[in-house]
Amino acid sequence: MDKTISKRPPKLFVIGKFPGFGWITLLFFLFVYAPLVILVVFSFNAGNSATVWNEFGLKWFTKAFANDDIQRAAINSLIVGITAASVATLLATLGALTITRGGKFRGQTVSYAIIMLPLVVPEIVTAVATLSFFSAIGLKLEMGNVIIAHTVFCIPFAFLPIRARLEGIDDTLEQAAHDLYANDQQAFRYVTLPLLMPGIISGAMLAFIISIDNFIITMMIAPAGATTLPLYIYGMVRMGITPEVNAVSTLMLIISIFFVSLSYYVGQRKYRSSNPR
Amino acid sequence: MGLGPAIGVIFFFMIIPIGIISVYSLLEANPYGGVKPHLSFDAYIQFLFERDFDGNVIFNNAYLIIFWRSLSLAALTTVLCLLVGFPTAYYMAMQPPSRRYLLVFLVTIPFWTNLLIRTFCWILILRDNGLINNFLVSAGLIKNPIKLLYTNGAILLGMTYSYIPFMVLPIYSTVEKLDRGLFEAAHDLYANRRQLFRWVILPLAMPGIVAGSILVFIPSLGAFISPDLLGGGKKLMLGKLIQLQFTSSRNWPFGSAVALILMAVVLIAMMIYVTRFARKSDLY
Repeated sequence: MDKTISKRPPKLFVIGKFPGFGWITLLFFLFVYAPLVILVVFSFNAGNSATVWNEFGLKWFTKAFANDDIQRAAINSLIVGITAASVATLLATLGALTITRGGKFRGQTVSYAIIMLPLVVPEIVTAVATLSFFSAIGLKLEMGNVIIAHTVFCIPFAFLPIRARLEGIDDTLEQAAHDLYANDQQAFRYVTLPLLMPGIISGAMLAFIISIDNFIITMMIAPAGATTLPLYIYGMVRMGITPEVNAVSTLMLIISIFFVSLSYYVGQRKYRSSNPR
Repeated sequence: MGLGPAIGVIFFFMIIPIGIISVYSLLEANPYGGVKPHLSFDAYIQFLFERDFDGNVIFNNAYLIIFWRSLSLAALTTVLCLLVGFPTAYYMAMQPPSRRYLLVFLVTIPFWTNLLIRTFCWILILRDNGLINNFLVSAGLIKNPIKLLYTNGAILLGMTYSYIPFMVLPIYSTVEKLDRGLFEAAHDLYANRRQLFRWVILPLAMPGIVAGSILVFIPSLGAFISPDLLGGGKKLMLGKLIQLQFTSSRNWPFGSAVALILMAVVLIAMMIYVTRFARKSDLY
């Protein structure tokens, strides 16, 4: 028998494959997800320690739900999130329609840069600038201040998915509507808007998540009566690590993941057809 | 003009506020918070110098040390994110499409979850009676818990954890679009793996690498949550320094000046990116 011919099929040589990259990827996902899993697991711990497992139980969730301060903070977060996300989405939709459908106009690049500005300026700078501005003009609207600040940084997050969706919509469809004697309003109402809806919903969800997750800006500008959930959690963490913090954090984590998944599910067709992000 | 409202809101509530802190940085501090309307360059002078008891101006490096600490931790974070993020992004881009979308989705989830909570998870792991120390003690490897939390290492870990999706996503979208035919051409020309990586993949992936590095570096430089929760707030960094000036230290002009210095560094980084590597699609 010829020993030089190996019985095993040769390992497939793939150009551009590097040994070890797969392991690093595995480590990456472990690194990213293990801490979240640990948090969720320990929030179901019935014992009195945040990091020593005792027994399974929902005790801390019931306690968190019954906590008046947490309820109030959650309601504040919802009010701010829903208002800011709605206004930001409306503004972003109008803006995206103008930028992609309005043809070329002077100052297009500058307009785009201004809309993206909240993504570029470090959060702490936005926070102190907004604080100084509100104090300089003497604006004291309690929750209103928080809503205004949130609307500003939500705009680019709502804008991006809406614009991406708009760019994927063939504008010959609108022309076809016009050929069929639709006026501008009808063409928008019956052609563009329904096609754009997934982008709008996706953008609104992302804006909502960004708002309810925000901590630094809210911390600097929120008056005592407008404590949001992240501010309350931060306060709890500073007081001491209790299992109740784990439970509240797990709830917030679930809310975020739920809305991101929903946003992706709704906007899915866009992501599949073109760029994955 | 449909763009008007969005731009108006951002102009009025973001650009004007930044203008206001630029003015504040040139005024005198009011010890009860806010500013006094007297022109003064003290805020900027204070960054480098202090007055001793006789009123002489002497060099003071305390704030430069804070600046340096932020800068070096942000740079280290960027390097760590790149070392882990590049192989991950590359591996993801080489997967069949259906698995690719799932992986991208898995990378984006932490990107959208609460940073405060993601950082808090590490407290559970790192603190004196946290998971690592509990494990090591019960395994009999150590007697007393090792100090893991409230160290520079913890801050670095937290920032890498916070911002690594920002590195993976732009690199992924660059590598995914590469023409694999170029890899084959290099192979046909007798390039080995290392040469293929060094002379073909790396240069082509550069726009993604630069975009990712900037997206990690910018938030790291002004990071507040990781240094505060995992660093214990003792070793000040720029984010905390600015926040303190507007709260307990009540020196708004100095806080404004530091905020502007931070923003200047960020804008310079952005300018380098835009002028040298810009392709709109790499930014997000």
